Amino acid sequence: MKTVRVGAGLGFYGDSWKPVAASIARGGVQYIGSDHLAELTLAILQKDRMRDPAAGYTRDLVPMLTSLWPLAQQHGVKFLLNAGGLNPEGARDALVAEFNKRGWKAKIATVTGDAVIDRIDALRAAGESLDHLDTGTAIDSVRERLLFANVYLGAQPLVRALEAGADIVLTGRVADAALFLAPLIHEFGWAADDWNRLAAGLTVGHLLECSGQGSGGNFNSYLANGWESVPDLGHIGYPIAEVSPDGTAVITKAPGTGGRVDFDTVRQQLLYEVHNPHAYFSPDVVLDMGTLKLEDLGGDRVKVSDATGRPRPEKLKIVAGYDDGWAGTATIGYCWPGAMRKARATEAIVRKQLAELKLAYDEIHTEFLGYDSLLGALADDSRIEELNEVYLKMSVRAKDRRLAEAFPRQFPWLALSGPPTASGFSGIEAPRQLLGLWPTLVKRELIEPEVKVSLQETAR
Amino acid sequence: MKRKLVEIAHARSGDKGDRCDFGLFAPDAATYAVLKREVTPERLARHFAGTASGPVELYPLDNLLALKIVLNGALSGGAARSLRSDNLGKCAAAALLRMEIET
Repeated sequence: MKTVRVGAGLGFYGDSWKPVAASIARGGVQYIGSDHLAELTLAILQKDRMRDPAAGYTRDLVPMLTSLWPLAQQHGVKFLLNAGGLNPEGARDALVAEFNKRGWKAKIATVTGDAVIDRIDALRAAGESLDHLDTGTAIDSVRERLLFANVYLGAQPLVRALEAGADIVLTGRVADAALFLAPLIHEFGWAADDWNRLAAGLTVGHLLECSGQGSGGNFNSYLANGWESVPDLGHIGYPIAEVSPDGTAVITKAPGTGGRVDFDTVRQQLLYEVHNPHAYFSPDVVLDMGTLKLEDLGGDRVKVSDATGRPRPEKLKIVAGYDDGWAGTATIGYCWPGAMRKARATEAIVRKQLAELKLAYDEIHTEFLGYDSLLGALADDSRIEELNEVYLKMSVRAKDRRLAEAFPRQFPWLALSGPPTASGFSGIEAPRQLLGLWPTLVKRELIEPEVKVSLQETAR
Repeated sequence: MKRKLVEIAHARSGDKGDRCDFGLFAPDAATYAVLKREVTPERLARHFAGTASGPVELYPLDNLLALKIVLNGALSGGAARSLRSDNLGKCAAAALLRMEIET
């Protein structure tokens, strides 16, 4: 029986591609799907593009493929990557230039049509409210502050690219799982309304889209087989799926790699960032996880079967980002004795000083690193007097960049004139732009006709 | 007997917009039955009081011996605008595992 082997590439912009080499060399993969775009990433890319119109794609694309291509070519492996970000054509141009320079022959496809920032008014004129998906707020409240707006495209344009013979498919915003679903549709010829098989492919994509999180990374368990028993995270193998024509898959990883694929590590990833597990939406199908069967076969192999699919949604999801002001931050540390008392006293002094100087911020957020910065209100305060050290971290939100910039300047004098043992001041850090996200829906008929797939060959 | 969830279950959390979501996993059917009985939306709302502005959603998945939990309005408006160190809600699962239940 024919199986298709797809492997995980990156799980975010900045992730390591070293484990991908092991999947190619020893894991027998035919396709690598690589997810470079978190919700936040488009905002980072928008800033890049404002500085340089040729930028706007994730800059790890060219070094990653330069590093992996010779091995991939030797093994006949194809790539699907959403590294195009806000500028898939720019990404292609950079990659084509590099491949031409090296004399490497490849067919590179580009998928465009997800960016709708220039079509907001036209979409509204066509009858789409673009109200906020969760709150129902009208988009007028952020219209002038929008920085980007991109539709989550599905697998079909990527399938067209593979049918055209692409070795490398570059996209902008597509559903993460589409990077893995597309090669399965292409290889098995699954129909666009074969809901159960598409749901099985979506499940595979979801298990692979977060790289090492599907094979024992970030395994948040403190039981007997918990995270400390996961072998050799330093050489983790990213997850690989061996998929059968009916959609049944075995999740595994390359031999000789670290990490662990078992019932526990796979189900932690299965439910990750899922809202209603009985209606996990994608542009291609809606998955019900309630019928899924996970069977631990041992030896880093878990069989996944019995996905239930329902018809794809009528509307596609847009994620837009808008300018939501600036954050100013300062961090300063105190040691025992009374580390928390000193940090709290400093916080009170700073707050009073801000009021006296009439520096009015929209929000002041305080955390004590070493005490509550990660657990917040659920931190345990029973040993608070005995802490060896605490860092006070204060952050403010302001509409005006200069107001945010002024915040850390309120701290240096505290070193000699505030509570004792102040150390480790973070310095006058530049303010950071904050971004609001605007999820909304749009009719697919308004988007899909604009989606284009183009193909370019290198070293012809 | 009172026990912390960390002793009997494991969990991972993540973000989608202003929602923080959790998978809570039992090692066996008996523990899963305890989780289903004890980890109710009301109990969760009390445990996370003051950290989420919206309702708690709970989806039991018998096939995975798991509970899917969603806290609405729990991430200060979302990761990209939040001033928090744990803006992605990665540590929220640890906070969940600190919850004490009757076993």
